Amino acid sequence: MSVKPEQGTDELVERVAALKRLHGDTVSLDEIGSIVQALIGSLHGDLTSQDLRVYGELEALARYIYQAKKEISEIRPEEISNEQIPIASIELDAIGIHLEEATGTILDACEAVEAVIPAVDPPAGRKLEEAVTKIYEACNFQDLTGQRITKIVTTLQNIETRVDLLLRAFGHRVDGNAELQDRRTTDRRSEDEKLLNGPQAPATANTQKDIDALFASFDM
Amino acid sequence: MAVDKNMPILIVDDYKTMLRIVRNLLKQLNFQNIDEATDGSMAFARMKEKQYGLVISDWNMQPMTGLDLLRQVRADDSLKATPFIMVTAESKTENVIAAKEAGVNNYIVKPFNAETLKGKIASVLGPF
Repeated sequence: MSVKPEQGTDELVERVAALKRLHGDTVSLDEIGSIVQALIGSLHGDLTSQDLRVYGELEALARYIYQAKKEISEIRPEEISNEQIPIASIELDAIGIHLEEATGTILDACEAVEAVIPAVDPPAGRKLEEAVTKIYEACNFQDLTGQRITKIVTTLQNIETRVDLLLRAFGHRVDGNAELQDRRTTDRRSEDEKLLNGPQAPATANTQKDIDALFASFDM
Repeated sequence: MAVDKNMPILIVDDYKTMLRIVRNLLKQLNFQNIDEATDGSMAFARMKEKQYGLVISDWNMQPMTGLDLLRQVRADDSLKATPFIMVTAESKTENVIAAKEAGVNNYIVKPFNAETLKGKIASVLGPF
């Protein structure tokens, strides 16, 4: 069946609306591409300059979709989603475990040193205690590093979700349910949950001095 | 009034390393009576069983956060006067405001040192 240009525009709108009803906002690019190609193929009759411009834009859109598909498939997004991101998450978890074990060993050693402090002469004992205190302070790193690793794992999960959505847009089958993916891509956290951000980047984080000043301002 | 070094102190953190660090630093300050909890709900249960002179709590814990614990403590007639210090990596201004609104007595940002811990305890309990 051939259609006139204005009919083609109406049909395009109608078919896009039908796709949206069927799939929501996530429509396979293959389907969009086939619609555009079908419409280009069906345009006949007297064409105005405006029709020709629409025709040209549709053709450019079809070329763009084809090129984007080709480039993205070369990146091999399945590999990123199915292999690289899960492996990175496992490695990060392993780092967390190693850090915890190592910190535990350091603290064991510090406690052993503290246990002998009463047996040494007081000036040496004070020096030992000062050194042990410095080590305790430095061991804060384990908590902060653990929280940063958690943030990275969350970021990787978000990337994984977006890659999955990209794969779906290109017509690949994606494991997992849509509800989970919606939950991951939409920030539905409560106001309290939004306060849980973990350590800030050192360059922009409030220091203890900043917080003391802020805290003191409440009582003014 | 002098600070009672034998008063019970409850430290709350989901990282066992942090519990050990805070406990050891408190021992260096001669506080000996220290209990631990690994999240807000465990801490609240301990507080209902024993009267603590000070709570030092992390914020980011599951299932009950330090902020939830603080609110629950302040809403409980038998616990609401308990001094409460938040020790957390959450350093954003909105976090400090939320904690203050919930009734926190002081706020320490991680990583912290022994001097800061001592200073904040002194500001809450008095010099020692």
